[in-house]
Amino acid sequence: MSLVLKQPSVLPGFGLTLGFALFYFSLIVLIPLSGLFVKTTTLTWEQFWHTVTEPRAMASYQLTFGASFLGALINGFFGSVVAWVLVRYRFPGRAIVDALVDLPFALPTAVAGIALTAIYSSNGWIGRYLETLGLKVAFTPLGVLVALTFIGLPFVVRTVQPVLQDLDMEVEEAATTLGANRWQTFRAVIVPEVWPALLTGMAMAFARSVGEYGSVIFIAGNMPLKSEITPLLIMTKLEQYDYAGATALGVVMLVVSFVLALMINFIQWWSGRRHTVR
Amino acid sequence: MILKPFVFTLALLTGGLAFTSSIHAAESVSILNVSYDPTRELYQEFNAAFAKHWQAKTGQAIKILQSHGGSSKQARAVIDGLEADVVTLALAYDIDAISEKAGLLPANWQSRLPNNSAPYLSTIVFLVRKGNPKGIKDWDDLVKPGISVITPNPKTSGAARWNYLAAWGYALKQSGGDETKARDFVSRLFKNVPVLDSGARGATTTFAERGIGDVLINWENEILLSTKGSGKDKFDIIVPPLSILAEPTVSLVDKIVDKRGTRQAAQAYLEYLYSEEGQEIAGKNYYRPQLQSVAAKYAATFPKVELFTLKEFFGDWQKAHKTHFADDGTFDQIYLKGAK
Repeated sequence: MSLVLKQPSVLPGFGLTLGFALFYFSLIVLIPLSGLFVKTTTLTWEQFWHTVTEPRAMASYQLTFGASFLGALINGFFGSVVAWVLVRYRFPGRAIVDALVDLPFALPTAVAGIALTAIYSSNGWIGRYLETLGLKVAFTPLGVLVALTFIGLPFVVRTVQPVLQDLDMEVEEAATTLGANRWQTFRAVIVPEVWPALLTGMAMAFARSVGEYGSVIFIAGNMPLKSEITPLLIMTKLEQYDYAGATALGVVMLVVSFVLALMINFIQWWSGRRHTVR
Repeated sequence: MILKPFVFTLALLTGGLAFTSSIHAAESVSILNVSYDPTRELYQEFNAAFAKHWQAKTGQAIKILQSHGGSSKQARAVIDGLEADVVTLALAYDIDAISEKAGLLPANWQSRLPNNSAPYLSTIVFLVRKGNPKGIKDWDDLVKPGISVITPNPKTSGAARWNYLAAWGYALKQSGGDETKARDFVSRLFKNVPVLDSGARGATTTFAERGIGDVLINWENEILLSTKGSGKDKFDIIVPPLSILAEPTVSLVDKIVDKRGTRQAAQAYLEYLYSEEGQEIAGKNYYRPQLQSVAAKYAATFPKVELFTLKEFFGDWQKAHKTHFADDGTFDQIYLKGAK
């Protein structure tokens, strides 16, 4: 730290920028979020505990965090493949595909939800064929997973892509000349390079999914205990003017998300360090 | 980089808005009507008619802005600070909430206008696929095994609460007031529900566009609207012999109109809903008029149904909400019991 402080920089002093950063961060993030905690204090501990542990809430956590995690895993794999293809190969329409990746970022989530529902419902383009296989997607937890996978995709692609771009082909060639086979090159050269970025991408996809509301609501079916996500439960509480109950669930999501984010940061730091030590 | 044009447009927009609104304030009056989803077409027509009427009467130009959404969501927006001069919502409970949570209007608001502050009425009816392949005629048919029923979530939708109470009231009437039988009837009904949309329009979409379900339970006005035009050859309306009298209510938001100086205009706006022309527009938009003369004119649109009131079986909205829709109410119990 002290080293950083003494280093002259083109930007104004450390004190000024840190002060500004803290002020800005408080205004945008800390103050609204602490409001959440303040509001829950209108509940007693028993009420709070009852609200956040009732069966509907428990089922919704399982779905929200479970589907988000699975979605992040799926995106981790397929997102990396997409990034790889976009970086390593030149093919007609590549620029278009590259632009399309960002679509889930930009599209209003309600639009995404309605489109996915239309396609995957039992009279939709894909849904009708899946139905003959006995697979129901729209209005089931599987639908939630599809929606969360959709919105998470760009996060993985956009974090992995620049790392792959920086990774010279020559490094792989060097590995080959040193006698490594394809698998060894992949495992010992490419993966360690990409790993931290991949984790970051998956973490962001996960975080985004946990908070997602708009797209999921249309495809989930919203059946209590089955396909109800936590954000919907929060909305439900609000619709009943139960502000305190809604914030109680909000606090649970906030705390869990924060702990997960910390864990992910730690894993990243750990894998990054392991990589540099080697 | 991408943000720049966005910020610029935003600045332009807000600046522009502030500019135009300051001009308007000088020579005309504007009021905001915060309403629920299915009234969009009704108020579009009514606002134009009222503006003409007001201009003729006072010489003042009036601009009426309308906002639509789920009924309780709209009420919450008003509680949280949306400056509505009048609210025209799906059920009295939502306006009660504005009075109770934010104190923007007095608790006795419902007695201030005729007919319990409900200028137009509606009821709950069914929509089925063309030709009624499952032969649905009455509430009893909805609980038969193998019938798929679409209704929104009563926790989030005003319409769904009316649906729920209509089914409950029907069962009460059938069993001579047996609450256990009514509960059993409604649980069996919800066993047949594959999707719980958050609002009435969403449920209509699920039924009409996604092709899910054999029957949709919804507002009469919403169902009449959806069988207009292209829906005519796809769906049939089924009116059960017995249903609930739904009273969408309206009120002035006192604190806001006093602050904005719009009380006179807003009051006249609501009263005009009860006038012959207001009632005519309600009838044209599939709401049952209160005025006898207009109701007679639209008798062909609205089939005769035996209607029971909320009061008859449930007391008032506060009580109905507490028993049925609050946490651990009968609706929650249906699902929690099913899981165990």
